[in-house]
Amino acid sequence: MSTKTDVVRAAGQDRPGVIHARPVSHPWRWVALAVIAVLVAMMISSFVTNERWNFPVALQIMIQQPVLDGLVKGTIVGTIGAMVIGVVGGILLAVMRLSSNPVLRRVASVYTWFFRGIPRIVLLGMIGIGIPFLYDGLDFGVPFGQQFGHALGLSTDFTFFHLSLTQFSSTLLAGILGLGLSEAAYMAEIARAGIISVDKGQAEAAQALGMGNGKTMRRIVLPQAMRVIVPPTGNETIAMVKDTSLLIAIPVITELYYQVRIIGTRTLEIMASYVAVVAWYLIVCSVLMVGQFYLERYFGRGFGETKRAAKKAQQERAARPAGMGGA
Amino acid sequence: MARAARAPRTSRATGDVLVRAVNITKAFHGNEVLKGIDLTVHGGEVVCLLGPSGSGKTTFLRCINLLESIDGGRIWVDGELMGYREDEKGQLHTLGDKQIAAQRREIGMVFQRFNLFPHKTALENVIEAPTQVKGISKSKAKERAVELLASVGLADKPAAYPGALSGGQQQRVAIARALAMDPKLMLFDEPTSALDPELVGEVLRVMRQLADTGMTMIVVTHEMEFAREVADHVVFMDAGVVCEEGPPDEVLGNPKNERTRSFLRRMHNAEERDAATADDVPDTGLEGVGLPPA
Repeated sequence: MSTKTDVVRAAGQDRPGVIHARPVSHPWRWVALAVIAVLVAMMISSFVTNERWNFPVALQIMIQQPVLDGLVKGTIVGTIGAMVIGVVGGILLAVMRLSSNPVLRRVASVYTWFFRGIPRIVLLGMIGIGIPFLYDGLDFGVPFGQQFGHALGLSTDFTFFHLSLTQFSSTLLAGILGLGLSEAAYMAEIARAGIISVDKGQAEAAQALGMGNGKTMRRIVLPQAMRVIVPPTGNETIAMVKDTSLLIAIPVITELYYQVRIIGTRTLEIMASYVAVVAWYLIVCSVLMVGQFYLERYFGRGFGETKRAAKKAQQERAARPAGMGGA
Repeated sequence: MARAARAPRTSRATGDVLVRAVNITKAFHGNEVLKGIDLTVHGGEVVCLLGPSGSGKTTFLRCINLLESIDGGRIWVDGELMGYREDEKGQLHTLGDKQIAAQRREIGMVFQRFNLFPHKTALENVIEAPTQVKGISKSKAKERAVELLASVGLADKPAAYPGALSGGQQQRVAIARALAMDPKLMLFDEPTSALDPELVGEVLRVMRQLADTGMTMIVVTHEMEFAREVADHVVFMDAGVVCEEGPPDEVLGNPKNERTRSFLRRMHNAEERDAATADDVPDTGLEGVGLPPA
């Protein structure tokens, strides 16, 4: 056996061989593992032995039709709708905020100031109750058309289309709009961070090639900004899943938490209903995290090694006979 | 570096004026960086802009394709006034984004830091502008891009992302990308300053080939050898003015202006020091040197 200071040489080669060193020992890792294992065992034992958890009932509550309706309409459709409005609106606001037009810049910052400053539950409550109280309907026509028509003594009031707000405000659509408008204010800052993270040389190169401002933004800057925008947007989406429970302020009752709670109060299976709703939220968020992984991989193309590529490279290195590789 | 006098090379200039800049002035926050620059470039000519850091050569180059606005003077490229429209009364009107984009299409630019699009492969970088700006079909653009990549010695790299290429390779893709728009004029902004010393040669070789095809080129550079051997016309700038210009043999071999002389002396000393400290990264105190290797 060679001493520690010996440089082990592969037979017949003048290169040093592969190092076989003992790793640093980590006794505290083992201690931590033991402690955690005990805690987890205690938890599982509680799940199994304490019948008051009542998982079978929780499972039943999870698959009740109204709960599923609430999950699909309120939570899933609500999240998707609000995030679409939020992301599109946010990118638009960010581009406005960074534009050379001072009016657009100011509008974007006032918007962000307003919607970021209001709690979502207050905003939704105000949309749900305030708008039908303040306005009976939305008339689409010439601005100030009614006043003009009256002043000129015309029979028309320049209205082309009428939307009843009493109906509108109680629908899911109003809730989605409210959450989306609020989300856009947050997304604007995320998108702005993404856009300014892209090197200025990228826009210059695109412009030097004769690309216009719009194409430069869409084809060159935004795809690179997405790399920075996606992770916090994933965060926002997951927060939105949970914020759809605020839709009750509109009020929208086809919503997961509300439906489960009704069942819980009616059947007095309160704890089981909480377990059911927690399980659904966790499932939805897990699916979203998988989606985020693929999105990040797509927008990260061309930037450094992906995990898969790194693994492949490592396997190739390992496959090469010792002392042969030049890396 | 004593150099035997070479036989004077015939100029590539075809006679037509392609670029004319008259009395260009430009200030950044009250700091005047261009103090009345005049430049005339003929079709097919290679012009090198030389001078110390901060002399305004890069700014001037960026003014030509409107990446910087000018405060005074006029620039014409191929007879077209850049950035403005002049009406009958001599009043200037600033051009809109679309018209500016159209003017830039005729001018290729190569940047010090390559500025390749990192989310696109080498081939996608080259076809981006032809397909998006000129509306050329993808298949046609690809055909041409493959040819262009081959002409810069990268026939085997169309699918590589810029991050997987060396600095020299990236700069050659950038040259191919600019050429894909069939420009009348190519601008090079210190194309080799961000490169490791051993990668400079491959980029200069491609530029030399391009010069031989008759491309009109304006090159901001610190590569004296390239200027001496390739340029038809050398312009030496310092502190926002042109100190001296003329054929390279004259300006570099027998400079009349004191500032040109002291600059060339410093460059010469730096080159000798590099030669002495073979493996060191050259520290000439000039812009662009000392960037991390790509």
